[in-house]
Amino acid sequence: MAIGAIDALGAAGKAKKRIPSSLRLLRRHPKIAVGAAILVMMTMLAIFAPLLGTIDPREIALGKRLRPPSAEFWFGTDALGRDLYSRVLYGGRISVLVGVACALLSSVGGVVIGMVAASGKWLDALMMRITDGLMSIPSMLLAIALMAVTRGSLGTVIVAITIVEVPRVARMIRGVVLSLREQPFVEAAVAAGSTMPMIIWRHLLPAVVSPLTVQATFVGSAAIVIEAGLSFIGAGTPPTIPSWGNIMSDGKTLWQIKPYLVFIPAVFLTATVLGVNLLGDGLRDALDPRLSERA
Amino acid sequence: MLLLDVRDLRISFATSRGLLPAVHGISFQVMAGETVAIVGESGSGKSITALSLLRLLKEPDTRIVGEILFKGNDLLQASQTRMRAVRGDEISMIFQEPMSSLNPVLTVGDQIAESVSLHKTVSRAEARAQALRMLVQVGIPAPEQRMKEYPHQLSGGMRQRVMTAMALVCEPALLIADEPTTALDVTVQAQILDLMRELKARLGSAIILITHDMGVVAELAQRVMIMYAGRKVEEASVADIFARPSHPYTIGLLGAIPRLGSSSGPDAGKPLTEIPGVVPSLREAGKGCAFAPRCTFASSICFEVTPLLKVIDADHTVACHHSREALAA
Repeated sequence: MAIGAIDALGAAGKAKKRIPSSLRLLRRHPKIAVGAAILVMMTMLAIFAPLLGTIDPREIALGKRLRPPSAEFWFGTDALGRDLYSRVLYGGRISVLVGVACALLSSVGGVVIGMVAASGKWLDALMMRITDGLMSIPSMLLAIALMAVTRGSLGTVIVAITIVEVPRVARMIRGVVLSLREQPFVEAAVAAGSTMPMIIWRHLLPAVVSPLTVQATFVGSAAIVIEAGLSFIGAGTPPTIPSWGNIMSDGKTLWQIKPYLVFIPAVFLTATVLGVNLLGDGLRDALDPRLSERA
Repeated sequence: MLLLDVRDLRISFATSRGLLPAVHGISFQVMAGETVAIVGESGSGKSITALSLLRLLKEPDTRIVGEILFKGNDLLQASQTRMRAVRGDEISMIFQEPMSSLNPVLTVGDQIAESVSLHKTVSRAEARAQALRMLVQVGIPAPEQRMKEYPHQLSGGMRQRVMTAMALVCEPALLIADEPTTALDVTVQAQILDLMRELKARLGSAIILITHDMGVVAELAQRVMIMYAGRKVEEASVADIFARPSHPYTIGLLGAIPRLGSSSGPDAGKPLTEIPGVVPSLREAGKGCAFAPRCTFASSICFEVTPLLKVIDADHTVACHHSREALAA
């Protein structure tokens, strides 16, 4: 066999294939570029908050109450004289953490539940009725109810939001797996001697990754909104921890005279959620290998 | 050497209205290295016969009785573990649609290498090396590059070559090809048929070829089994089937093929014949010959008594009350 000739052919084929640079990918998918830029910025602000001229966000200075934005207090101070700039930056930590943690936990839980449901008949019926039940309750109400039966802490907020979001992910995974299972390539894999667990691991899981990534970003943005909502009504992150919802909650009684107390954290919250959603939208367009190849 | 001996195979589907028989007791044999074609229209039971050989039919919904003796062991009695060992290693299968039978999210190399590592304890690198050798054997240009590509990047013919490589990489004793060329262009069909013939000569695998295309049969097969409505109606060598078809259905199938030169020879201007009507649905099966309503030779006995297979010549069996008249016609 002329291995040399084959090598040459292989090399020629390799040279011909254009490897899309990350730059070109971003130009082709501006949503990803903008969304990722917003998120990177928010994450940086949250992580490096201590280095960005902030002071202790919980330090009460009654002598400096309700100062408007100035050179000393960039975003002004709140009713207890706490520096709003510091509070907003530290608050970003809560939002980013909640968003990422809920997205990861819901993905793992959703994949496991969805896969199990897709492979069992009566188990499927049982699990899907439970998810139906959970999904029929508005997510905010369900989160409030879950928070009401636990002690308020950041951990319980994350768990509560995950329980709210898991059914959506599980349903999607189940749907994808059920439709894939009827594909001829699964039958072909059985005909080649594969076992069902192997088929799930090798053939179905990779196919689930791209819809899951997209779904996870949307879970992340929903989690950030729910966390802020819970905190705003006092059912979420403990009020001693500055989170965007808590900051807005603190400012709500004064918003008519000091609108920036609510407005500034709201802008950060909105921008972050917008960033996550743009990223998710862009990923959905980009992750279909056939679509991206054709473009 | 007798490789596969199917005895009185009956397949029926369990439905809410009871069992629907789809295959009514067929028997056939495949010798090592032989190519046997199973020919029939859609709905004749040829594909489910093929799937049942590997027990790929969903078991709770189908009843399979009879014996499928592969190298002397009944596959219908084998454990699931044993079946998994047989599938892909001793008996493998090429499916009709090369696009949907390949996983779109795995590279070609990964998929072929997987077939290797399912049945042999080899390293990943060795499995990939075997996959590459197989890609070379099925005549794929730039195989090293193709290994890293996804099915959607290949043409239909290339995909069928990849499927063939997957099926043959473990050098099975028996290859079941379910309409391997149906979804392909005519020129590509010819290439794939050449490839199968060449690989068969090299590897010595027996082939069960499922098709409705008599042209493919003439190209590849040594023996032909004609199926109609879940029954074997005629079986003979390829030469006999084309020279002396004895079942009216076989004659109808052959008459429906255009021949080169048919516009100028003695048959010039003669229209292609067609078989009137359609295959009866599973529910319609009554007594008598299932083909009788569409048959030009049918007489009253055909609607009363199901014809049994009778030997009319060495290696030539037919199930028809009027086979002599049919042959003479």
